[in-house]
Amino acid sequence: MKVTTAANQRKRVSGWSRKERHYVFLGLAFASPWIIGFLAFTVYPFFGSLYLSLTEYDLFSPPKWVGLQNYKLIFADDRFYKSLGNTFFMAFISVPITLAVSLLIAMMLNFKVKGINYYRTIFYLPSVIPIVASALLWTWMLNPDFGLVNMALRTLGLTDPAWLLDPRYTKPSLILMSLWGSGAGALIFLAALQGVPRQYYEAAQVDGANWWYRFWKITVPALSPIILFQLIMGLIGAFQIFTESYILAGGKVDGSGSLGGPEQSLLFYAVNLYQEAFVFLKMGYASALAWILFIIVLLITFILLKTSGRWVYYGGD
Amino acid sequence: MAVRLRVIIPHLVLLLFAVIFLFPFVWLVMTSLKTPEEILEFPPSIFPETFQWSNYKEALSAIPFTRYMMNTFLICMVNIIGQLFSAPLVAYSISRIPWKGRNIIFTIVVATMILPAQVQMIPQYIIFTKLGWVNTIMPLTIGAFFGAPFFIFLLRQFLLGVPTELSEAAKIDGASELRIYVKIIMPILKPALATVALFSFVWSYVDFMGPLIYLNDSAKWTITVGLQSFQQDHGAQWEKLMAASTIMAIPMILIYFFGQKYFMKSGSALTGFK
Repeated sequence: MKVTTAANQRKRVSGWSRKERHYVFLGLAFASPWIIGFLAFTVYPFFGSLYLSLTEYDLFSPPKWVGLQNYKLIFADDRFYKSLGNTFFMAFISVPITLAVSLLIAMMLNFKVKGINYYRTIFYLPSVIPIVASALLWTWMLNPDFGLVNMALRTLGLTDPAWLLDPRYTKPSLILMSLWGSGAGALIFLAALQGVPRQYYEAAQVDGANWWYRFWKITVPALSPIILFQLIMGLIGAFQIFTESYILAGGKVDGSGSLGGPEQSLLFYAVNLYQEAFVFLKMGYASALAWILFIIVLLITFILLKTSGRWVYYGGD
Repeated sequence: MAVRLRVIIPHLVLLLFAVIFLFPFVWLVMTSLKTPEEILEFPPSIFPETFQWSNYKEALSAIPFTRYMMNTFLICMVNIIGQLFSAPLVAYSISRIPWKGRNIIFTIVVATMILPAQVQMIPQYIIFTKLGWVNTIMPLTIGAFFGAPFFIFLLRQFLLGVPTELSEAAKIDGASELRIYVKIIMPILKPALATVALFSFVWSYVDFMGPLIYLNDSAKWTITVGLQSFQQDHGAQWEKLMAASTIMAIPMILIYFFGQKYFMKSGSALTGFK
């Protein structure tokens, strides 16, 4: 009897029963690969980069503490503002355009016609092409003299911009390329569209609601959680655009030469950061850039999530 | 008549867009089969006069293509093994084991998805430099053995749909958690694991920044970095560049055709993200 009491006592002290402790042990054991990786390759580097951002470090001599100097330098650097402006353009202009087109394609792929699966295959196909390969293809398609796009534009009697050579058109070139890959986003929208109860549309049709009304009052609200999700993922992706710019601007493998394209119009945040870190070996400065990026992404995500309550609807349950 | 229009118009719209989406592929392959003179013709013709298959042979011999492909496939395989080992374990922990703290783990897993890679990149580079792993495949593969958040999320979604009765019965028979995981859960997870393997392959195959940062020795390059260097050295030879790009795209296209249903599945799993 006394033994049981002692055991109970112990149980109460830890607050957990034997069974609970057993499950915590098991849970931790099964989750341990992720926990170890998270600590070693996320948490440690996360704070490591905060520390490095307050130092001057070139990999060869030990980091030298400089306080907030890197941040001061960044806010006085034209390249920082240029890359931030370019990145904001992609995040707030390219991402919404691409999302809208994805949704449009998803609605097309939701048509109830024969052979729709073949269309789905075709529309998704460009998304599986490696960015390096598709960027090379588009460099050729957008060639101002011999490119397919300008040939088509000339045939139609429209202006034929120099695309990747003209700073005004380099970012539209990138948008064009990303639209070609919009099938991936379309498939996610399509899966969501198929989850919208048909009765909603039928009821609206009985009430005489037109297509436009049904789109805004049924489709968009029903899809709003997935729109929010894709918007956040798209914005985060836009802040990390690298490969497209690197290839389209003809960057060299050793990082030398022109990164950023004509008049730095393709100098994106991640490209600038890469160059500062791995070409100029300014690890402290680049870490500070990374932290500013982190704060911007965090702020945008936070604002989106906070304001999403007004336009995101979560099911009727 | 109205009924017929309702069938024809969607087809016309779909067809128009399908042509727009397909044409760059046609252009890629046709360019890769042209002569240098034909490439610079204006207006260009779609089909080459004669198909220059030799472009492919020349593109393949201009750079160590086979070596780049082998390097790439090795990295892809190691990543698949890593993800298949760890992602389901973690997903199992946070969806099937009733322990306090699993919700915290899940929240952090999802939160790390929005963390820009650039924030950890530099200290990670320093760690790998100190470990002497730069110029090896280690920095490009080690992460897989800790489970990617996206895969953990995907498998968790899948596991939440598996009835608990299955493991309850085994538990009454005295089976351990590990045994249940290996004997009952893993076989059920097979289709979801195929999705993980597929995406893991695709991500490793198309990765450019990782190999660019970590692989200095050109003999160790992957196909993405190799192709980029090829563009630098053969910038004007579009036919060869397009031939090389076509070869690079082929494995991805094949994977897509054979694994289509798994790609679709990830789309529907993501819609459960609320």
